[in-house]
Amino acid sequence: MEGKTLFAGFGGQGILFAGKVLSYIGLIDDNNVSWLPSYGPEMRGGTANCSVCISKSPIGSPIVLEPENLIVMNIPSFKKFEASVCVGGNIILDSSLIKDSKSREDIFYYDIPATYLAKKNNLEKLGNIIMLGKFLKIIEYKDKETVVKGIEKSVSKKRKELIEKNIEAFEIGYNN
Amino acid sequence: MKTVFEKTKGLTDAITHYCPGCTHGISHRIVGEVLEEFEVLGKTVGIASVGCSVMSYDYFNVDMVQAPHGRAPSVATGVKRVLPDNIVFTYQGDGDLAAIGTGEVVHAAARGENITVIFINNGTYGMTGGQMAPTTLLSQVTQTTPKGRDKHNDGFPIRVCEMLSTLEGVVYAERTALDSPKGVMQTKRAVKKAFKSQIEKKGFSIVEILSTCPTNWGLTAVESLKWVEKEMTEYYPLGVYKDKTDKGVF
Amino acid sequence: MKKNTYLMKGNEAIAEGAIRAGCKAFFGYPITPQTEIAAYMSNKMRESGGVYLQAESEISAINMVLGAAATGTRVMTSSSSPGISLKTETISYIAASDLPCVIVDVQRAGPGLGGIQPSQADYFQVVKALGHGDFYCLVYAPSGVGEAVEIIHRAFDKADEYRMPVIILADGILGQMMEPVCFDDEIKQDKLVEKNWATSGHQEKRPPNIVNSLILNVNSLEQKIVDRFKKYEEIKLKEVMVEEYLVDDAEIVIIAYGSTARIAKTAVDSMRADGEKIGVLRPISLWPFPNDKIEEISKKVGNILVVEMSMGQMILDVKAVVEGRCKVDFCGRTGGNVPTPTEIIDKVSSIKRGD
Repeated sequence: MEGKTLFAGFGGQGILFAGKVLSYIGLIDDNNVSWLPSYGPEMRGGTANCSVCISKSPIGSPIVLEPENLIVMNIPSFKKFEASVCVGGNIILDSSLIKDSKSREDIFYYDIPATYLAKKNNLEKLGNIIMLGKFLKIIEYKDKETVVKGIEKSVSKKRKELIEKNIEAFEIGYNN
Repeated sequence: MKTVFEKTKGLTDAITHYCPGCTHGISHRIVGEVLEEFEVLGKTVGIASVGCSVMSYDYFNVDMVQAPHGRAPSVATGVKRVLPDNIVFTYQGDGDLAAIGTGEVVHAAARGENITVIFINNGTYGMTGGQMAPTTLLSQVTQTTPKGRDKHNDGFPIRVCEMLSTLEGVVYAERTALDSPKGVMQTKRAVKKAFKSQIEKKGFSIVEILSTCPTNWGLTAVESLKWVEKEMTEYYPLGVYKDKTDKGVF
Repeated sequence: MKKNTYLMKGNEAIAEGAIRAGCKAFFGYPITPQTEIAAYMSNKMRESGGVYLQAESEISAINMVLGAAATGTRVMTSSSSPGISLKTETISYIAASDLPCVIVDVQRAGPGLGGIQPSQADYFQVVKALGHGDFYCLVYAPSGVGEAVEIIHRAFDKADEYRMPVIILADGILGQMMEPVCFDDEIKQDKLVEKNWATSGHQEKRPPNIVNSLILNVNSLEQKIVDRFKKYEEIKLKEVMVEEYLVDDAEIVIIAYGSTARIAKTAVDSMRADGEKIGVLRPISLWPFPNDKIEEISKKVGNILVVEMSMGQMILDVKAVVEGRCKVDFCGRTGGNVPTPTEIIDKVSSIKRGD
């Protein structure tokens, strides 16, 4: 579970939210965690990203410059961050939005058409959690109960109806 | 011996620093009397502004806060919001309220802040020695308008009561003049009405008091009173500009 | 996960921490990257029965703080660099009137409108001259969300104890970052110190209280300031807060505060793994500054490296203490850029090479 993960995509894709769910999962598992978003005008329709650090030891810099995992949902972010992933790291990319060629051989690429799958399953705007599900599968995270708790903690109390849909999206990504 | 007249309990025994012929003393007395008559001296907090009236914190027999220049309405807001049942007033001159503090008074008024503003308009910066104020009349000579206020260079005097009375949050706005015994009595009625509306939590109230500054005007005390009556009231007509005291603003 | 642990942004946690510390009034104005404090307060402060008001300007907001503080109420405002500049006149009045309040500055890059990304370029302003005249404010610089919550509580206590403004100096990283914080369900309210100086109405039981900063007599004003500086001396003795991270055996010590100290720690961890003897000294209170600790270190090590998100401001205070006993180098980024651990490691390497 420990690791440095970067979520990146467009504002509105739920990038920050997916990072928050992962942070809560890390927290529930008794890790130190930090979640740091990009902020400012770039959020309004532009690119958005967030750094998530999960560690048994105290977290120093909360900024993920060389991610072990990059979860990416648009082309500009893919272009921007592909090179920064550390050797042996993972890129999970939304293949319904990113068709670019992959330029590195020292990292692992995992495609999932998250936005397409979200639409197809009537889970629009939940491509982010499908991506997260795929990521948790890749790192062989097995505790579904914690994932559900992480989702429950992350969803605003006023929007409880979204919890079930988020869990469904997670399952789709995890089992894809 | 029968007591026929007493100094109001609303003022301390401190001797004021105001110049001979200045009407600040009358305004102070009126405010003190009104607070005493409403029996609210014990729960009143006054806000002194910057200018001649800064030392009013020593003169009013109530708890006092001295505010930065122009910011008295904001300081009053801070006091009133945490002590909504207390009586809060600001005592501000024209430079303080209508120049550097224009934003503060406009927004306190717009919020319907339940405070009372005593606005002393004498058309000059008294404390610093008589420079042009936002209320200095056209052609009026001051230290910084040696040939008289020129509208082409200095713009036009601001009519505060007229301006603020357009705001929904203002429950009461009246302009009076301390140019005669009648004017003094009318001012007291206005101040009383303003504080009464605050006690009844009806919104923002302001009394603009046309006042003298013989020292900086270069006039005698009597000439100054006449100048208020003849020159100032022509540009600043007296009267009630807003009165929603029956229902309040909210 | 411990019970009652939440992931919260630094800004939100500071706001919640303030409410729990007995803050009853918040006056603010929107500015990135601190706006979440105001947004949180607009909801939770009202829920908890306190006062929230969005002022028409930064200037007005700090004057509302002055008014509420004069009544003895625990009150705060928050802003970011350009907004703090606007507040400075009144912060000087608040200090001169011996009023307690808490001001949060979530720094962004300057000068001017600058940028909205993190910065520590307001050290001079906040630590040295948060307004005109001879005065200081207590300045705390937390480096994590949990610590920020502890510090905001301390800030209110110290503001009341010493009757002075206390500043929380944060930056965009701390404000925007989420970390776990633990808040009990119940809010325990401390017994507050009695404020017999407050202007809340004399009830005809005492002479009027006056909150004032005007003293025209030169001797009286001098005496007032001298007395206030005696208080400052006491604060310097009692209120220094500093964290030492692997300093004991270090040959090189990095001095950094706030978010930058975390980045320095990451660099240090990496260098320690390579056998370097290096540590971090993190001032938590910037005023008072940890002079004694830095002096002690300067007698033991060959090099001090100051890391800041600025062109170098705190470094002047470090050099003033070190007095040439060891070398003092600087590593920093500005304009909203954040130094990376790699940049710090490279700087240390160059120091070791004697570049």
